[in-house]
Amino acid sequence: MATAALDFEKPIAELERQIADLKRLASERSLDVAREIAPLEAKLAELREEIFRNLTPYQRVLVARDPRRPFALDYINALITDFVELHGDRLYRDDPAIVGGLGRLGSRSVVVIGQQRGRDIKENLKRNFGMAHPEGYRKALRLMQLAERFRLPVITLIDTPGAHPGLGAEERGQAEAIARNIETMAALKTPLVAVVIGEGGSGGALALGVGDRVLILENATYSVITPEGCAAILWRDSGQKERAAEALKLTAPDLLALGLVDEIVPEPPGGAHAEPAAAIEAVGAALERHLAELAGLPPEELLARRAEKYLRMGKFEEA
Amino acid sequence: MDARDKFERNSGVCPACGHHRRIGADQYIALLADEGSWTPLDRGLRSVDALGFESYRERLNVAMKKAGREEAVRTGAATMDGEPVYLAVMDFRFMGGSMGSVVGEKIARLARRSREERTPLVIVSASGGARMQEGVLSLMQLAKTSVAIAQLREAGVPFVSVLTDPTTGGVSASFAFQGDVILAEPGAVIGFAGARVIKQTIGQDLPEGFQTAEFLLEHGMLDAVVPRGRLAATCAQVLRLLEGKPAPDVERAS
Repeated sequence: MATAALDFEKPIAELERQIADLKRLASERSLDVAREIAPLEAKLAELREEIFRNLTPYQRVLVARDPRRPFALDYINALITDFVELHGDRLYRDDPAIVGGLGRLGSRSVVVIGQQRGRDIKENLKRNFGMAHPEGYRKALRLMQLAERFRLPVITLIDTPGAHPGLGAEERGQAEAIARNIETMAALKTPLVAVVIGEGGSGGALALGVGDRVLILENATYSVITPEGCAAILWRDSGQKERAAEALKLTAPDLLALGLVDEIVPEPPGGAHAEPAAAIEAVGAALERHLAELAGLPPEELLARRAEKYLRMGKFEEA
Repeated sequence: MDARDKFERNSGVCPACGHHRRIGADQYIALLADEGSWTPLDRGLRSVDALGFESYRERLNVAMKKAGREEAVRTGAATMDGEPVYLAVMDFRFMGGSMGSVVGEKIARLARRSREERTPLVIVSASGGARMQEGVLSLMQLAKTSVAIAQLREAGVPFVSVLTDPTTGGVSASFAFQGDVILAEPGAVIGFAGARVIKQTIGQDLPEGFQTAEFLLEHGMLDAVVPRGRLAATCAQVLRLLEGKPAPDVERAS
């Protein structure tokens, strides 16, 4: 993918370029450079590992938002066979910021729903940068209820800066749409596994994210507000985004430690964009494992466990 | 009597123009609960700084001085116009009525009591949204309260949601819009995104009255706009109807 490397990835990109140059030179002049390339590739792997191990929270936010990462439709196209995309909320219009449909993960029929971003301006105008309007959430609701009626598990792929803030979105009840989805998922009589694949932007992410299992990719983030928004409110300076990202505890390891997600799906060295196929495969394997575990539970048991999990969330003291 | 006294005596509603000024949770309780009927619950819950978020403790201390130690929601048992209810009233003075773990827990406990005792739930919301100093813990309070409301709905116990100025962000995107009946005070600002953010995003001015209760009523998002002075009677009326109870004057006549 052609999009530029992030600032802190520059040493990786530089080394990748050197290796590529060397390989091109070798093939042009029919030289054997295997001995020269091997140490460079070892160094590249080391560099990737080291840079990604030491990412600051805000650098993770940049990785999570990076357009080189696999998006919902990349996961769907690679993991879901027999996919039939289903459109529309039956009330107003089809919202391309959310995609969904029927398909198979392995041999299991599933309903899959994801927030879809775009890689270029044209695609982003269509997908609205993955920011759904109420009709997007209502399409997702319709598909969840379809899954419930036919006892199919639901997979959701979360990747959004947040719900769209706009005139029409408010007129058509953005708050109501999100509130209804959250309540519906709380009582949905079929398994639901959510995966945060990129940026988990607050209520707009949670509107697809109340599940029996919530997984998060290693470099994905999940936050109640963007670091920029938080800094603007607290310190009246969106430039303090690094400080806000640190404070918000929005990285996958932080969220796991707080008991707010159930599992971290490891990414390849250098991030999901370094080897998209490997990242997608890891997500597929985790999904199959969790769906197999959940498939055996009677609906009442499933609901009781889901309720218990969410009712326990929160930290406070009681005098 | 000066203008300020008139405001006070009228529960913060201007006697001349009907403007509804923001009032605190204590004033709502005095207004909505029948005299002597209020029994507070879960008063000992206190927020903790689970993330080590800079200056959260200081902000909590300031909020407690301003609005009392009971956090951004007060919950209890009461009667409203004679009807037994579990009542929660949010307090905008406490960190903008933001929902953190304590608010989520108090709402969830109240909804559980409401379900177990089959006594209706009334929640008066006033909140700017989730409390960012609690990070995703606060976001998950949307899910937690929604689980409790979903269980209440499943049990068929009525829930009346009352939206006051302002009801936005995470509270609007959870229990505030999950009522069996949703009422709002005149002029209250209600919505998901803040008007400033929307204005920035779309780069144009917003229409007159955008995100007010009247605007939401017109767009089909509310059941009714009810003046503050009529809230208790209207909630009680709705609850009696939902529960198939006779009207109070019918009861007296029989």
